[in-house]
Amino acid sequence: MNLALADIRHNLGRFLMTGVGLGLLMAVALSMVGIYQGVVAEALALSRSLRADLWVVEEGTRGPFAESSRIPGDVRAMVARLPGVADAGAITLSTTEMQAPQGIIRVQVMGYEPGRPGGPAAIASGRALGGVRREMVADARAGLRLGAVVTIGGDRYRVVGTTRGLVASGGDPLVFVHLRDAQELQFKLAPAAARRAVAAGGAAGSIDTVNAVIARLSPDADPDGVAGTARRWKHLSALTDAEQSALLTRSVVNRARVQLGMFTVVLLFVSAVIIALIIYTMTMDKLREIATLKLIGAPDRTIVGLVLQQALLLGGAGFAAATALVFAARDVFPRTVALGVAEVSAMAGVIGLICILGSLVSIRAALRIEPAQALGG
Amino acid sequence: MAPLVQLEAVSKVFGTGETAVRALTEVDLAVEAGEVVGLKGPSGSGKSTLLNVVACILEPSSGRLLLDGQVVWDGRYRIGDLRRLRRERIGFIFQFHNLLPFLDATENVALPMTLAGTDPGAARARARELLDYLQIGRRASAMPSRLSGGEAQRVAIARALANRPRVILADEPTAALDSERARVVMDLLRQVARDQQAAVLVVTHDEKIFDRFDRMVALRDGRVEQVEARAA
Ligand SMILES: Nc1ncnc2c1ncn2[C@@H]1O[C@H](COP(=O)(O)OP(=O)(O)OP(=O)(O)O)[C@@H](O)[C@H]1O
Ligand SMILES: [Mg+2]
Repeated sequence: MNLALADIRHNLGRFLMTGVGLGLLMAVALSMVGIYQGVVAEALALSRSLRADLWVVEEGTRGPFAESSRIPGDVRAMVARLPGVADAGAITLSTTEMQAPQGIIRVQVMGYEPGRPGGPAAIASGRALGGVRREMVADARAGLRLGAVVTIGGDRYRVVGTTRGLVASGGDPLVFVHLRDAQELQFKLAPAAARRAVAAGGAAGSIDTVNAVIARLSPDADPDGVAGTARRWKHLSALTDAEQSALLTRSVVNRARVQLGMFTVVLLFVSAVIIALIIYTMTMDKLREIATLKLIGAPDRTIVGLVLQQALLLGGAGFAAATALVFAARDVFPRTVALGVAEVSAMAGVIGLICILGSLVSIRAALRIEPAQALGG
Repeated sequence: MAPLVQLEAVSKVFGTGETAVRALTEVDLAVEAGEVVGLKGPSGSGKSTLLNVVACILEPSSGRLLLDGQVVWDGRYRIGDLRRLRRERIGFIFQFHNLLPFLDATENVALPMTLAGTDPGAARARARELLDYLQIGRRASAMPSRLSGGEAQRVAIARALANRPRVILADEPTAALDSERARVVMDLLRQVARDQQAAVLVVTHDEKIFDRFDRMVALRDGRVEQVEARAA
């Protein structure tokens, strides 16, 4: 017979109530971990989907996500000619409001040339952009149906395909349009003064400006080497994919990430204190039983086992409730709750550790109980 | 042969200074193997204290305690693992039954055996036997909260006997029993004393069972007042 289980069975209702209560607390901590991971995953989703090895941007900037970058469209051809570059594509990025059937939503518009790097790697439904202008591939987060018609900057676009999990660092869904459409849009959105300057003509008088050129390298090319060559060009700078990813997680979503991380730590700390208190109360409620166990000669091992096993069972019950709850509710969250096997098992480990540490005070108290405390009425 | 239980000038003082209570004063007592000794005296005379000292639950203030010829206390404990001593050599029936509320009757009786390393199946089997013997076999799977005072008392007796201890200490074991059951319990303790060559020390107020003891020791204000041989 296992004493820990027998006692829990004896007070099952109370144990389950405590487990569920603890589960709610752990669910908050677990979703924080998921939201944290979600922010990081979302920040990297686009650059992963583009499968870019190299980002060529305006000199002195770390664009196009961390800082704004504007370069002439013909840079694309220059990059494509670099030794080691297999393919290159120009892209634009701008955040704007879009009139959708369900109302106005904020989106990040990404322009690219179909057939060149810059489009999503995978289409969830429908098709990728074809040769026709004013078509759009929108992320599922925008909640648009295939065939839906939306308006951006007065122009009407038809949704021909959807993607999954592609959002901007702020959580706005990404929509993909033709590079030419996007450039026109940027021109319309630009401040009037800038527009007049462009209209006034000159070499840069075209609207053929892009925000970055992305390149895929041939398998044997060295990204740092190619980036080094591109950096020697006037007015341009280059980032490898590794640098861009580091920038995205450390700079672009850094505050959100640190904020969420700190909050998760605070939650875990609060959980630890509450778990320790619950275990302590549970142990002190059994003061007489523990004293009796000592009276009939139970060794310390039995007492420690009783406290520790109950702590772990309680933590386990709470964590099971938390996991069930978070996985049932994860789609209700407006942003990705990224919880995989790794996150859940890491969290289980942390909870286990908290339970063990939280038991220490109780174990100490239990070992100090005098057998004589069981005597008397 | 040395007595199984031997107290030499054992005193016990609770507290210090003005509030100090002398619960036992220079008590000399010896209980031989196979002997059943009764302990009587008014409330507060130190009977429970005496049993607790023998069970190494309360540390004496002075004197010497020997179990089976071995010095257990003489200013300090001479045995490292007191709980093992209690588990293996001492059966204790408390004034208040002290059953574990989350174990049923059988499990409560089997617990000291499993703690001592007996295989769980064998422990349960012996627990059932003991409960049958104490005429509560039909309550074997009842939880303590569902037992009457007398039933709980008998479960506690079965638990005290589980590991076949050489020293059996009982604090008013028959208080909650009618006189017929009280006699059954006393006869059982006598039988255990004889069969296991155990020393049995029983606190009781119950004059109806005084004839079941080999000797009666009377305590008053923490001192042994008189020792009377069994009124045959
Ligand atoms: N833990 C303690 N702290 C202080 N005094 C105590 C303690 N335990 C017992 N005493 C005192 O020691 C004396 C002897 O108590 P004890 O419990 O041994 O009496 P008893 O003979 O068993 O009485 P009863 O028949 O009522 O059970 C009493 O005066 C009691 O108040
Ligand atoms: Mg008493």
